[in-house]
Amino acid sequence: MSHFLAPVFETGFFDSDAVRTAVIVGAVVALLSGGLGVFTVMRRQSFAAEALGDVDTTGGSGAFLVGAGPLWGFLASGVLAAGAMELVGIQRTRGRDLATGIVLAAALGLAALFLYFDTTVHDTTGAAQTVLFGSIFTITGSTIPLVAVLAFVVVAIMLVIHRPLLLSTVSPEIATARGVPVRLLGVAYLLALAFAVALCALTIGSILSTALLVGPAAAALRVSKRPGRAILAAALLGAASMWLGIVLAYDSYYWPPKGTGWPVSFFVVTIVFVIYLLSGVPGWRERRRARGGRG
Amino acid sequence: MSGASGDGGQASRNEGPVLSVEEVTARLGGRTVLDEVSFQIGAGDFTGLIGSNGAGKTTLFRVILGMQPLSHGRVLVEGRARSRRNPLIGYVPQKFLLDPDMPLRARDLVALGIDAHRFGIARPSRARRERAEEMLAAVDALEFADTRVGLLSGGEQQRALIAHALVGRPRLLLADEPLANLDLRSADEVVALLARIAREQSISVFISAHEINPLLPVMDRVVYLAAGRAVSGRAQDVVRSDVLSRLYGHHVDVLHVHGRVIVVAGAGQDLGGHELRFPDAETHEVDA
Repeated sequence: MSHFLAPVFETGFFDSDAVRTAVIVGAVVALLSGGLGVFTVMRRQSFAAEALGDVDTTGGSGAFLVGAGPLWGFLASGVLAAGAMELVGIQRTRGRDLATGIVLAAALGLAALFLYFDTTVHDTTGAAQTVLFGSIFTITGSTIPLVAVLAFVVVAIMLVIHRPLLLSTVSPEIATARGVPVRLLGVAYLLALAFAVALCALTIGSILSTALLVGPAAAALRVSKRPGRAILAAALLGAASMWLGIVLAYDSYYWPPKGTGWPVSFFVVTIVFVIYLLSGVPGWRERRRARGGRG
Repeated sequence: MSGASGDGGQASRNEGPVLSVEEVTARLGGRTVLDEVSFQIGAGDFTGLIGSNGAGKTTLFRVILGMQPLSHGRVLVEGRARSRRNPLIGYVPQKFLLDPDMPLRARDLVALGIDAHRFGIARPSRARRERAEEMLAAVDALEFADTRVGLLSGGEQQRALIAHALVGRPRLLLADEPLANLDLRSADEVVALLARIAREQSISVFISAHEINPLLPVMDRVVYLAAGRAVSGRAQDVVRSDVLSRLYGHHVDVLHVHGRVIVVAGAGQDLGGHELRFPDAETHEVDA
């Protein structure tokens, strides 16, 4: 088996603990954020996801300052930001984009300060790389229980609310008329989103987290016309991107420049982008016809 | 549960009105949107809710659905006080827009009408699928059942939404401006479909529109709304110069032109760009 796969998997791939952790954590994160991302795209909340990622940068870099794991920082800032978004109503971005932009810039400015102190005062080299672009190969054993808890909560929330959430995504008016607590569902969903973004930030970095969340989902929506299948497709596309990214990143240690691997997040995001481009091919004609045929 | 079991199931309950709106007053942000509005809808009636934009049509629907608090009056649905999450009412909201990319077939939209308000995991069952299929057939939607809703034409979307609203076997169907943005042929198709549903399944249909003429051939009764006040009755009894003048509070002419009726305000008066056409031109006593 490994003989045939030798050109794909460089020596030592399956023996490394770091790789094994990366493969498992990466798969869990990619599966759940891919599936969740379908709702993000349907609800047109990719901007909210992006904003959460930006704020996570501040939390992650702040966590280094106080000596905590970055995931705790991502989580704390993400949940705070989600609460603030719900209060301000960021989901209805129209008219608020200016204020949101300024707040996000301020958050990233704070992150710049934190990262500067991380590297100068605390001498935590690589903090910027870890926070901004992820560190899937250096996830410590102590982080894994938190990853498991967050993943479990996200899956549990979505299992409970997915049906009324879909209805309220399709038509808030119909959902309200049928007694669905639309606003409460929005809050529960935003919380799940904040958790998922924190997990994405851990694996591929805070500022790239949206790619894993929204990319596979956007591709899945193009190729699947049923909600359940779109969620499944997005989860699988996400996991495939993650795994392929990990393999390529591992292999890249043997690529130039010698002695240093390329970042996983580069591969994952690039693969997601390519998948998104390819997903446009099958439905292209149908959509063109639909656009031309109907007003 | 309701007695209507499947298509053509003639529910034999003529005890009272399906909907009874009694002296309802509702305010929105200090403005009185509905002012002492009263009317009733019987089982299997096809009733039009006519009024120009801002006359209070959507507010009236929200009142019936229990989404809008009342300042005065009451609303009874099948004799019981209105409530949220009322399975006796099916609702087709105004302005329904979906992305073409939304992964939702017409079939899925209809199935959402069965149990999508419930939490937790749905077990896919044959009964659910068959019920959705049955409703798709009832609104002539089988040919586009597997197309994404966002790719359907306006008329097709309305039919899918009507099936979504009816799949839970309501006794009353509220449709808010379902003819808006439809071409004449699609509008006629939707009206004919709703009339057939009212007749065959004995479901009361209450449909709002700013133009009365597509509804005239099938309408049993009309509720005419202007500036928050309402008159109701048979169309030929309501759409008359004296009745509408009293409703609007200034002189309104009801003109009979080529078998149609056009409502015109006097010089300087504004009906909100509102115009009605009405085919049969006899006048009757007002029983309001």
